[in-house]
Amino acid sequence: MIGQIGEYFRTSLDRWTGMLTAHVAVSLLALVIAAAIAVPAGVLCVRHERLKKPLTGLFGALRVVPSLAILLLMLPVLGTGTAPAAVALVLLAVPPILMNTVAGLESVPESVLETAAAMGMEEGQIWRKARLPLALPLVLTGLKTAAVEIVASATLAAKIGAGGLGELIFTGIGLFRTDLLLIGGGSVAMLSLLTGLLFDLLDKLLLRYKTA
Amino acid sequence: MNAVTFQNVSKRFKGAGRSALENVSFTVEEGEFVTVLGPSGCGKTTLLKLINRLYEPDSGQILLFGEDTQGVDLVKVRRGIGYVIQQIGLFPHWTVAENVATVPKLLKWDRDRIRARTDELLRLVGLEPEEYKNRYPSQLSGGQQQRVGLARALAVDPKIMLMDEPFGALDSITRGKLQQELLALHRETGKTFLFVTHDIEEAFLLGGRVLILDGGKIAQFDTPEAIIRRPAEGFVRSLVESAREKGRFWEAYL
Repeated sequence: MIGQIGEYFRTSLDRWTGMLTAHVAVSLLALVIAAAIAVPAGVLCVRHERLKKPLTGLFGALRVVPSLAILLLMLPVLGTGTAPAAVALVLLAVPPILMNTVAGLESVPESVLETAAAMGMEEGQIWRKARLPLALPLVLTGLKTAAVEIVASATLAAKIGAGGLGELIFTGIGLFRTDLLLIGGGSVAMLSLLTGLLFDLLDKLLLRYKTA
Repeated sequence: MNAVTFQNVSKRFKGAGRSALENVSFTVEEGEFVTVLGPSGCGKTTLLKLINRLYEPDSGQILLFGEDTQGVDLVKVRRGIGYVIQQIGLFPHWTVAENVATVPKLLKWDRDRIRARTDELLRLVGLEPEEYKNRYPSQLSGGQQQRVGLARALAVDPKIMLMDEPFGALDSITRGKLQQELLALHRETGKTFLFVTHDIEEAFLLGGRVLILDGGKIAQFDTPEAIIRRPAEGFVRSLVESAREKGRFWEAYL
């Protein structure tokens, strides 16, 4: 088995790197789009209490739909390839980022916001200098959760022709090739772990005041 | 000159059964140290927050150094008022020096001036700049944090300081020390101080005059001596009585 795995990397390293790159690319794309939607939406939820229930409710409901189902439901709308896969992954990733952004913004102590206002900070300055940076730890937690989920679920994207490491796994299943299954599964697992570690590192770098 | 003037000010919060403040009028002269005393819910915090317009009055007029607070630019008014609260409200993600420099930075002072002022303020509140300025609030004790809060409020030399139970969460030894330092600070700077507390000893120790609030109305506003000698009937009398009781309790152990 180990011999087979070694053989695969000797002969097909290019193919493997290609799939890895595709996997990372679609994951990154989905994460960036999800963050671009969820963080501003979180800010809106906190600024306008009326929007909170409908917005979090909508994305919460979408999240209940299994990602494989979303992927397949996207087929007739967006066809095959990266686009429908990215859309499905975005839908999956928005809720954790949104919820954590809201929780982070609401966790900022009232006393901090009050003294900020009392010192003559304008509304925009309070947000930029205090509220957003203080919400960052939880926003990062949301991003981490989302990123790990995206990396894992991007495996399924291969089903609709978006490539990625899922291809290897599905090929392995089709051909009863345990070595391919191990390489594919192992690669995705490593990628997930690495993503988690990356965010932990980011957390440490950006939020030194918490551990100082 | 009058630092603060309240003219028939009333404030009722939405959904509240009665007014937080009802037709309150008083004046505080420039340079006075006035303590505002009363039980929780008497309206003392409301009174303070009406001055820097964290709350808006329903009716009446509030003058700050002769100017109607409604008439002037909100942000400008607030930058001229020092504000210190019990929860302190330091920015946890900023160092001590950055916290102290909050308002100077808003006013775009140059860097050297900010650094010099920060060091000066930290020394003024008894914190050695070299040791403390690069720390984060979480690395300080409660008393030290409140010293930073005080330094931050004093940063651009406001003419008036509003303080809402600033020492309420501190142990009694730290509290006693900070009370004495605050009195010294008041003597040295000649600023107007409005200090809210529910602690009668603190109110009488610090205040040149004590404004006693009960149920949103002024029960008595006079010097500590006058209040102790001639307490107004009802609430003030029972308040002074309770303090005497406490005194007798300690005397029993002498």
